[in-house]
Amino acid sequence: METKNIMIVGVGGQGTLLTSRILGGITIKAGYDVKLSEVHGMAQRGGSVVTFVRYGEHVNEPIVEEGCADVLIAFERLEALRYAHFLKKDGVIVVNDQRIDPMPVVIGAAKYPENIIEDLEKKYKVLKIDAMAEALKLGNARTFNIIVLGMAAKHMDFAKEDWLEVIEKTVPAKTIEINKQAFEMGYAYEG
Amino acid sequence: MSEKKLMLGNEAIARGAWEAGVKVSAAYPGTPSTEISENIVKYEEIYCEWSPNEKVALEVAIGASMAGVRALASMKHVGVNVAADPLYTVSYIGATGGLVLVAADDPGMYSSQNEQDSRAVARAAHVPVIEPSDSQEAKEFIKYAFDMSEKYDTPVIFRTTTRIAHSQGLVELEDRCEPIDIPYEKKVAKHVMMPGNAIKRHPLVVAREEQMSIDGADFPINRIEMNDTKIGVITSGIPYTYVKEALPSASVLKLGCVNPLPKQMILDFAKKVDKLYIVEELDPIIEEQVKSWGVECTGKEIFTVLGEYSTNMIKKAILGAELDIETPADVPVRPPILCPGCPHRSTFYSIKKLGIHVAGDIGCYTLGAVAPLGVVESVVCMGSSISTLHGMEKAKGKDYVKNWVACIGDSTFMHTGVNSLMNMFYNQATGTVLILDNSTTGMTGHQDHAATGKTLMGEEVLAIDLYKLCHDGIGIENTYVVNAFDTKTLEELLKRETQREAVSVLIVQAPCALLKSNKPKPAYHIDSDKCKRCGMCMKPGCPAITKAEDGSISINATMCNGCGLCAGLCKFAAINQ
Repeated sequence: METKNIMIVGVGGQGTLLTSRILGGITIKAGYDVKLSEVHGMAQRGGSVVTFVRYGEHVNEPIVEEGCADVLIAFERLEALRYAHFLKKDGVIVVNDQRIDPMPVVIGAAKYPENIIEDLEKKYKVLKIDAMAEALKLGNARTFNIIVLGMAAKHMDFAKEDWLEVIEKTVPAKTIEINKQAFEMGYAYEG
Repeated sequence: MSEKKLMLGNEAIARGAWEAGVKVSAAYPGTPSTEISENIVKYEEIYCEWSPNEKVALEVAIGASMAGVRALASMKHVGVNVAADPLYTVSYIGATGGLVLVAADDPGMYSSQNEQDSRAVARAAHVPVIEPSDSQEAKEFIKYAFDMSEKYDTPVIFRTTTRIAHSQGLVELEDRCEPIDIPYEKKVAKHVMMPGNAIKRHPLVVAREEQMSIDGADFPINRIEMNDTKIGVITSGIPYTYVKEALPSASVLKLGCVNPLPKQMILDFAKKVDKLYIVEELDPIIEEQVKSWGVECTGKEIFTVLGEYSTNMIKKAILGAELDIETPADVPVRPPILCPGCPHRSTFYSIKKLGIHVAGDIGCYTLGAVAPLGVVESVVCMGSSISTLHGMEKAKGKDYVKNWVACIGDSTFMHTGVNSLMNMFYNQATGTVLILDNSTTGMTGHQDHAATGKTLMGEEVLAIDLYKLCHDGIGIENTYVVNAFDTKTLEELLKRETQREAVSVLIVQAPCALLKSNKPKPAYHIDSDKCKRCGMCMKPGCPAITKAEDGSISINATMCNGCGLCAGLCKFAAINQ
């Protein structure tokens, strides 16, 4: 099989690292070779962050090249737009329909783009969810990233039971149940 | 088959060090090297510590090596500069127990103030350099580095880059080998580097490097992957993975040891291929040597010395490929920012209000340079805030620095800042130094240091008291402690102390908002009936406060950590918990 390219993008502190760890876990469980590339350090302080996940028979480089991503998981709208050119022509975007203003927008030096999702839909298959609202229904705002992952999981080749098993092994013990619920919620979500 | 585990490059280095029987590890945190120590601490057979700076860390490792055990020092690339003094001389001394220094370079400057190439430092110090291409090699090669260190009686630099350090890959786990513990022997001629001894060691260093260049052809970490001979590539590290992806049919000489280069191996390989390319990120270290041997090859003519490489870049440069890629959208940048509830925001806001300029330093508070705070006007390296302020005063006089302060974090102050403060005191400076004490090393992800009261291995110890250090130790009479969120007292102190013709130290305290021990207080919200939309609360640039298209201002309850800075600024009592 050809190497699959997944990207997770968002704002530093939104939990891209935890999500990529779960993705890494599921690919290993399926017996693939896998490489992930993460961002630590300064950008994690509210900056734009991107994590690459590549899996297949044999993986060389750990980064996804522009024009090569199969799935783009975005935890914030503007970040989806920033990295959309990494997608293949038939790539899928799974986006958390949330707006977090970057500092240039907060201080009025730049404008937050309008109609991001509508524009992306003209070029790509886009699945959107207001995961923060869904997470609040579960009573834990921090699980929003696992809800988005659940939604993306439907477009990848792994069984739901395997995802749940990997989540159980990856997240902190105290949050296993709520994260499993969050995953189920995203998996069942009809965007 | 043995167990395989998905590991960060840094985690794999820690595992490799454990498998190699390392007994002592010392480091100062710095992206992208920090997770090495954070993983080493999980192996109880290894003594590990956070040292106050990289020079101390390397010296600790040197002592352990002299004493006869395997020792590791790890640091980011600019940390190698701090450790340069012991490094250049331990090259002459060599190693009894294997001695490895991990130097983590940062092409692309994800979290650094420069993009220097540690291979150049290693060449100048005549120290061999080993470089892995992924996590598996990180673990394997570091074991090889310890063997090499003992075999050739030399310290070894293990060079990684951010893309190796912070990528994960599958790693085959092996057992720990029996740690060596060589009985100590007094070796004055080898261990005491005074001129009479050093002059005899230098020729040995030259001979060692020549021997390693010859032996390099047989190092298992240098390998030739012969394929189609139209294109030959010499590469190493992470670019190797891009080369394999971009040019699957090319012949490749993959170097695991990038200093010294295996000259004969390279000359032989060059003869076998029609066109030879050198693919290396940053400086043309390999290329310039190969060209100096009269070998025709192409490198920086078609590749940049800036930033990271990629498969697409190699396809374009070597194959002239035209890639069908969408133009990136023109979107606002999202630079890193101070977190909601960060005490530095409060401090910088007071500084800005008073129109004071800041000589800055390395840490989260470097972000005080960007809008809307924009008070930090210089940042050079760890500890430099205090000494650059001092230099300004000596250049322009006492009055000139009366609307300036130096801002330095607690960990950075312990790193090298304290030396600069001693200098100010000694040389009768005028100047106000703010130690922004958030009880941790923040930017690198919360590491302890000598003033926090806890070690890397989790022991509770007596913390060095910053007040006593400055006031009683150095003797700075005008040393004060103030809470970062007590803006009234802070502003009074700033107004008074900046006018004083002496050295003043303000220890501005409040724990980092992200510290687990610092539980967030209830979030604030804005009462829309009382809010006049004046925007005062937005001036400090808290990311939890946003203004909607209609001009209404709101606080994101999931981001707010209840610091109350904005509530204190509101003249209409519209912001409440």
